[in-house]
Amino acid sequence: MASIIPNPLALIAELTHRCPLHCVYCSNPLELQARTNELTTEVWSRVFKEAAEAGVLQADFTGGEPLARPDIVDLVRAARSAGLYVNLITSGLPLDETRLAALAEAGLDHIQLSFQSAREETANEISGTKSHAHKLRVLDWLRHHHLAVTLNFVIHRRNIDQLEEMLALAESSCATRIEFANVQYYGWAFANRENLLPTREQLDRSVEFLKREQERLQGKIRIEFVVPDYYAKYPKPCMGGWGRKLMLITPTGDALPCHAAQVIPGLSFENVKDRSLREIWEQSAAFQKFRGEAWMQQPCKTCDRREQDFGGCRCQALLLAEDAAATDPVCSLAPLRPKVDAILAAVNLAPVSVGAGLAAPAADPLTRPVWLYRPNPA
Amino acid sequence: MTPELNSFPRLAPGCRLNEKNQQPRTLLMPERALRLNGPSLEIVERCDGQHTVQQIIVEVQKIYSKAEPHKVEQDILGYLALLQKERALDFVL
Repeated sequence: MASIIPNPLALIAELTHRCPLHCVYCSNPLELQARTNELTTEVWSRVFKEAAEAGVLQADFTGGEPLARPDIVDLVRAARSAGLYVNLITSGLPLDETRLAALAEAGLDHIQLSFQSAREETANEISGTKSHAHKLRVLDWLRHHHLAVTLNFVIHRRNIDQLEEMLALAESSCATRIEFANVQYYGWAFANRENLLPTREQLDRSVEFLKREQERLQGKIRIEFVVPDYYAKYPKPCMGGWGRKLMLITPTGDALPCHAAQVIPGLSFENVKDRSLREIWEQSAAFQKFRGEAWMQQPCKTCDRREQDFGGCRCQALLLAEDAAATDPVCSLAPLRPKVDAILAAVNLAPVSVGAGLAAPAADPLTRPVWLYRPNPA
Repeated sequence: MTPELNSFPRLAPGCRLNEKNQQPRTLLMPERALRLNGPSLEIVERCDGQHTVQQIIVEVQKIYSKAEPHKVEQDILGYLALLQKERALDFVL
């Protein structure tokens, strides 16, 4: 089938898996790569040029913790001079004022600072390290630079009742954007799912609150909200469709159509050390596999929404339906939706105290969960 | 919100045009990008903190001299208000 393949728009550069944080919902794969296998500065610089030539507009530097790379300033400069908009997704931990100034000077456009909570105790529990106080210092230094600042909160059962405090933190800072991204259940988050999924009551309250605040803060702070798709009626258009918009490069140079693609058996990934980015995007078997509609099963195959959500997420289909080509089981039309409903029923039956209100600082009577923390690779 | 005619629109931190040699010209911003052409490019190129809203209107009216001036003015005001709402623009007084 000769169809025109659209250009990739964003390159997600997973520069390293090393990270000082141990977040219980980390989107990295369970098998983490060691430093010795990471791509060199030179290879990354070539990849940025090839990406810009292939039509990519934005580079998202992520990890692990991208600042764990000693060459991070050079990488920012290389991506910027290749013509890309450079976004750094960071915990802010290995950062001081000098290094921040060097990043800004190298052409960094946007910094996304992750917070685990607005409360130090919750934040440190979730990240498995004492990180919160330093993040607040970084947020203060950012005032002195002409960068876009986004605060990124990953939302789950343990912090979804603190949105008001999180928003207050953003309002007192120079951030122009705040992301409330509910945990998506892959990798480490899948392993910790029972302790992370919010209740329906918590979710409904948060949606209502954020709609109100979006209106109040219009033109001041953009509020982005990602709901947990287990509660959605239709699946998310994962990655904007397989091989349609985004390309992820792992620390070792494998090109993936999405973060979790390595869980899908039978897919083999090509490496940027061996082929150009455009060749991989257009020709590699992994990018072809779920591109377009030919792979779809019923009910997706004839569904009116198939060009909106592209059948949902392939990795979620694998995790929940044990078939990567199945309709994403979170879809209300999916044959396996009852499986998701059963997971939600278990979460919603459990007696959870959610406090008296969104800002309620009441002690959380939940028994302290047993977390599976993500380790730091060598 | 209608922009004040004597204010100076300036692209917000982290919002910028791609380089002149990059086609199509695009307004880059956090997590999004806006393709620009014709009038939208003429407007955004002048959102540099050096032109007032009034000056932008006059200059763009000259470029599109065949269009009805009042309509051009309304379109520009609407476009600037939209960019501000999207958090891509600040108005400096």
